[in-house]
Amino acid sequence: MFQSLTFRGGVHPPGSKEITANKEIEALHPRGDLVYPMSQHIGAPCVSLVKKGDKVLSGQKIADSEAFVSAPVLSSVSGTVKDIGMRMTIPGSFEPCVIVENDGLFKCGSALSPHEDFHLLEPKECVKIIREAGIVGMGGATFPTHVKLSPPPGKNIRWVIVNGVECEPFLNCDNRLMLERPEPILGGLEICLRLFPEAEGVIAIEANKPEAIERMQKENFGRELPPSGKSIRIMPHEVKYPQGAEKMLIYTVTGREIPPGTLPADVGCLVLNVQTLFHIWMAVIEGIPVMERIVSVTGDAVAKPGNFLVPLGISVRELIDAAGGFTEEPAKLLSGGPMMGLSMRSLDVPVTKGTSGILALTARSAPQLEESNCIRCARCVDACPMGLVPSSLDRAARLRDYVEFEAMGGMNCIECGSCTYRCPARRYLTQTCRNGKAGVTVARKRAEEVKKTAERTGETK
Amino acid sequence: MSRLLVVASSPHIRSEMDTARIMSWVLIALAPAGLAGVFFLGARSILVAAVCVISCVVVEAVWQKLSKQKITVSDLSAAVTGLLLAYNVPPTIPLWMVVCGSAFAMIIVKHFFGGLGQNIVNPALAGRVMMLICWPVAMTTWTLHGVSGPTPLALLKGVDGISGATALPSLMDVLIGNTGGCIGEISALALLLGGGVLFFKGIISWRIPVTYIATVAAMSAVFGRSGGPLFEIMTGGLMLGAIFMATDYTTSPMTPKGQFIFAFGCGLLTALIRTFGGYPEGVSYSILIMNTIVPIIDRMTAPRIFGEFREAKKYGSK
Ligand code: SF4
Ligand code: SF4
Repeated sequence: MFQSLTFRGGVHPPGSKEITANKEIEALHPRGDLVYPMSQHIGAPCVSLVKKGDKVLSGQKIADSEAFVSAPVLSSVSGTVKDIGMRMTIPGSFEPCVIVENDGLFKCGSALSPHEDFHLLEPKECVKIIREAGIVGMGGATFPTHVKLSPPPGKNIRWVIVNGVECEPFLNCDNRLMLERPEPILGGLEICLRLFPEAEGVIAIEANKPEAIERMQKENFGRELPPSGKSIRIMPHEVKYPQGAEKMLIYTVTGREIPPGTLPADVGCLVLNVQTLFHIWMAVIEGIPVMERIVSVTGDAVAKPGNFLVPLGISVRELIDAAGGFTEEPAKLLSGGPMMGLSMRSLDVPVTKGTSGILALTARSAPQLEESNCIRCARCVDACPMGLVPSSLDRAARLRDYVEFEAMGGMNCIECGSCTYRCPARRYLTQTCRNGKAGVTVARKRAEEVKKTAERTGETK
Repeated sequence: MSRLLVVASSPHIRSEMDTARIMSWVLIALAPAGLAGVFFLGARSILVAAVCVISCVVVEAVWQKLSKQKITVSDLSAAVTGLLLAYNVPPTIPLWMVVCGSAFAMIIVKHFFGGLGQNIVNPALAGRVMMLICWPVAMTTWTLHGVSGPTPLALLKGVDGISGATALPSLMDVLIGNTGGCIGEISALALLLGGGVLFFKGIISWRIPVTYIATVAAMSAVFGRSGGPLFEIMTGGLMLGAIFMATDYTTSPMTPKGQFIFAFGCGLLTALIRTFGGYPEGVSYSILIMNTIVPIIDRMTAPRIFGEFREAKKYGSK
């Protein structure tokens, strides 16, 4: 169990990491207004706590929600609330946002206080600080971290896995963070391990980042043992996409497969991204909430690619300017990596907690290809890490046969894109899978409503 | 500028291998066997191959034009079918017959079933069998160096029968292709070379060819055929069938397990037909028969979904 397993399937797209792998993280000061969408996480959207014209301080909570699965939004600058209204966000939709005019003073107003020694804090307090700091899964999943850290009673967490895999091509933000700030990552892990005294800490890094592996190993050497008595392990992983997907990562670390419909905690695991841990440390020890994140700005249409530390709410346009603008007209602008990233329609959208990269790709590297007939080559079957038959799911989804789609396990698709990447007939398999999943969800809801109505009418009779 | 941005679903990058590239590699891998055919069987082989390829491509294009579909001959799949058909006929065949065979393969076998990727059986093989039924004499007249004579397996059938007379060709001859036979089937060596190309380019896996060939070798030994396993696997178009026909994506199973079952079935049927059947060869029929049950094999061998186990797996709390 102590050697890294390999998962079935997966693909090997060109890494394209060299473009920004050696670019040091550069801090970027915002010039324009900052825009904070109310929903930067999975779960209930926040409600604004400020009004137009209010003065805000950097680190001040400007929006929150009563719901458990949610995370507050904090201002990353000091200044005045200019407006509260709808603005375009990365997915291209208009969302309610708080717009803050920056006064350039960065006056601190964090409600969190620094703690020199986290051992003196009650575990509950730690989780509360993490919630108040607005921490969510910074790898892009944006699931609220305090929820992850509060598994239902009876779940025995045996592994806290740090996801430093960064298997998406082009991106280097996690890599750079491990190289430049290894100590807060390990510190953050130690905080989490204190919450789960029986858990072992594992830091998973893809083998294509030897420097980061070495740096973390050096930093890890001779540290105090966590409560479990087992020292934190730095575990190099095979270079294969999607190694960083939660399910695959848990499998390669522990040999356990998460059954469909269950959570990592059900197999005794907790997976956290390196930037998430960094923020846990910053919040608990330094009292600094999530106000900024590292973003790789790269792609073959960008003049001076780099890794930037940017305040949340900054416009993507400012990031592109900081990276020297475009060398040529990009065909696609992406938030995230090329395998799972979202394509954006405008530069005038704000960076949010889940923005790990901004990619500008030319038509050469991100071509729009025409579909042709499936030749049954089975490349998609070989590529699917979830053991699905994407070509059959594709057929069912196109025929809107959602019963068949569900029967073939289509709901297990993690939308990793491996099948589409490899398909020689250039079929949009991941996209049709997404449609199929949406179709099944709608059908399920409808069935439930029908059942409810039947029950209700049954009662009145 | 923002108006020009393409908004599309992920993933945004694609691998380089597309259908046309796969088909070109198949054509390249088929070249050595064709050259061997030309060398041992004469220059008319080139003519037959050219007619086959051209008629398949033209028939497909015309059919798609007439039925108002997109013309897809640039994916080279029609060319591959044409070349495979040529490899499955003797070089002396009248040209009008191969034109008919090509038309049958493209229209009836491929396009009546929905075109590329939709057909149930391999078009080139079905074309060959159709020709064998219509023109049995033309299809089984073998010549080597201008002299006509039987194929090695037909000889073996004679040897094993009561009339047994002529000596079998040497293993060396069947390895390099110095025997009578169809244009593309005679040189086991050239076919293996092509198989190597496909394997190293990741176009085919080893599963079908190796299982098929191994099964034929083992079964002929079991059935006590007098040529010996090596002789069996290098003759009668087995190499051509195992490497290029049974591995046809469209008509073979998609899962590894399914591929083993399929190839084993092909091998078993081939050995059975050769030993107990009325034909000296058996490759075409075995593959065609197995083709028809591929949908069932695929259904039975669907991969296991990640995280799903037959019995609920309990991950103990400790
Ligand atoms: S990879 Fe594409 S062509 Fe190949 S079987 Fe899958 S859907 Fe069909
Ligand atoms: S996108 Fe879905 S179907 Fe395609 S490879 Fe990934 S998990 Fe499998």
